[in-house]
Amino acid sequence: MNIFVNQKKIIIPKESTIISILANLDIEDKYLAIEVNENILPKSEYDKYIIQENDKIGIINAIGGG
Amino acid sequence: MSKLILDNKSYNSRLIVGTGKYKDLNETKLAIEATGAEMVTVAIRRMNIGQDKNKLNLLDFISPEKYTILPNTAGCYTAEDAIRTCNLAAEILGGKKLVKLEVLGDKKTLYPNLTETLKAAEILVKDGFKIMVYTTDDPLVAKELENIGCISVMPLAAPIGSGLGIQNKYNILSIVENATVPIIVDAGVGTASDASIVMELGCDGVLMNTAIACADNPVLMASAMKKAVEAGYEAFHAGRIIKKKYASASSPTKGSLFDNK
Repeated sequence: MNIFVNQKKIIIPKESTIISILANLDIEDKYLAIEVNENILPKSEYDKYIIQENDKIGIINAIGGG
Repeated sequence: MSKLILDNKSYNSRLIVGTGKYKDLNETKLAIEATGAEMVTVAIRRMNIGQDKNKLNLLDFISPEKYTILPNTAGCYTAEDAIRTCNLAAEILGGKKLVKLEVLGDKKTLYPNLTETLKAAEILVKDGFKIMVYTTDDPLVAKELENIGCISVMPLAAPIGSGLGIQNKYNILSIVENATVPIIVDAGVGTASDASIVMELGCDGVLMNTAIACADNPVLMASAMKKAVEAGYEAFHAGRIIKKKYASASSPTKGSLFDNK
């Protein structure tokens, strides 16, 4: 099914969770935040929330800035 | 220098630095170490998915174990966006709610939108955030932000990245004289003397990024800024001489070998 990760459309299997997406993208779950449709998803839900068709996932981190 | 107290934590350094605009993470780390800074700002952004998987992240170089990380709301033009960014920052940093609030009004000058800043500050303070707020050098707004509950007020010296130094010393002086929270000048500092002047006005600290990161030699400028902040602090506390219109001789006239009228 189609979803958006950081505004980029990707295809993922049904019944995917945030944990599986992070694993597929080889992203370590450290110092990041996840939004699902502009709502912050608590870390406790990363292995529970089942991602829906057309969900907009945001993977947010800290970068250099003033 | 006496310690700077922010959010119940004391700091030896009164220089806070940004982590943007460096050529690479290694230079960022070296420059920050040369400043002696203990608090650094970071920006909150979507992760660059698909980047080189071996590329390290900023917080691998600038560890939250060693530094107080101060996330900013740079790039936000509304209170709503700033509030969303602060909540994301708290999530990234394991629930820590110390933030630098900046709500911009104009892309060219990056001047703060004070209406949205005041609105965001009020909501965030009620939600338990500890706000260090970027604002103009307007003394009335500075006091209003303090009254709302911001833990530090951060008036600009000049536009972000302009390097112009303090444009209105008397406004900054007025803010300092009327404040009961730390006043940290943020934005517009260009070189060491600018930082010293900030401290000579009695400010509690300086926040800068471009002045160091975009200098020809950032690590050397970082060292200069560290000394400049310390020098300015000591000069302020030493109590400078008053300015006089005419000369006042440094050597006594009594016992002079020459009869000069």
